[in-house]
Amino acid sequence: MNLSEQQIERYSRHIILPEVGGKGQERLLAGKVLLVGAGGLGSPAGLYLAAAGVGTIGIMDADVVDLSNLQRQVAHATPDVGRPKVESAAEKFRAINPDVSVRTYRERLTADNALDILRDYDFVIDGTDNFAAKFLVADACHFAGKPYSHAGILKFDGQLLTVLPGRTACYRCVFKAPPPTGAVPSCSQAGVLGVLAGVVGTLQATEAIKFLLGKGELLTDKLLVYDALGANFRKVPLRRNPKCPLCGEAPAITELRAEAAPVCACKPGEVCPV
Amino acid sequence: MKLTINGAVKEAPDALSVTGLLEHRQVKMPDMVTVELNGVILERGDFGTTVLQDGDRVEFLYFMGGGRE
Repeated sequence: MNLSEQQIERYSRHIILPEVGGKGQERLLAGKVLLVGAGGLGSPAGLYLAAAGVGTIGIMDADVVDLSNLQRQVAHATPDVGRPKVESAAEKFRAINPDVSVRTYRERLTADNALDILRDYDFVIDGTDNFAAKFLVADACHFAGKPYSHAGILKFDGQLLTVLPGRTACYRCVFKAPPPTGAVPSCSQAGVLGVLAGVVGTLQATEAIKFLLGKGELLTDKLLVYDALGANFRKVPLRRNPKCPLCGEAPAITELRAEAAPVCACKPGEVCPV
Repeated sequence: MKLTINGAVKEAPDALSVTGLLEHRQVKMPDMVTVELNGVILERGDFGTTVLQDGDRVEFLYFMGGGRE
């Protein structure tokens, strides 16, 4: 691949970096990243990946833009309310950078479609908004052998972890199974500072870019925890868990299946402990 | 004894189990917390029998999801 004059100008601030250079920029242009979710995390991640010249960006989301999304989902604007998120996001990514081929999947990731879709990509960004989906992304990437960036945000906190399946600690090494429905508050119940999505989503994009460039140290075997109120970033060292149900020594999960969130076990009339 | 909990040094009663520490620190929804002790993720079934030592590094790790349930 030879960079055109326009590309050399567009990516000049990358190319001048010895760690990137023309070769690195060509790697980015050849790179393929899938965003699972075009919401709070997927929006900033996708905008920066497009600007960086990541050549193929897949966007997967079944939802339409809602007014309450606009406080943090920066790929969508007020006139986009009611439009499919994949359409709205694709338009913004293409406008930023016509070099980028944007593919849209207006559907949810499922155990049936995941492996077919993931096959085409180099790196996956988990920008999903619920635990069943986060576990499905982790499982699908494991079985497809695709590296991914997991992330979650809530209130004033965010956390993320990069996983190279079979080589570094995975999401299930830490969190074995989804929490029962309702046990852990969601952003719609507990709220989230909008900018958290930007901080964490752009960190995910940074991981994807470093992976494509093959430069630097990935956020593997460590969970980065961000506390916005305390202005504190902390890395919690992790190691692969031999008892991990997905990548451990005797895994219980041997094929991709939908992970239904367990329902709490209280009897009618009892106070639910979770 | 002194424990390092989520990066900060905290005082805790001696001979405390992990279950005891979750109570002592008044951790909300202890059933939803993953505990890492000196870099190793503990099995939930071992919380009651794992006794903490002075100087241990404990991490409480929490589920963090996103927009919806």
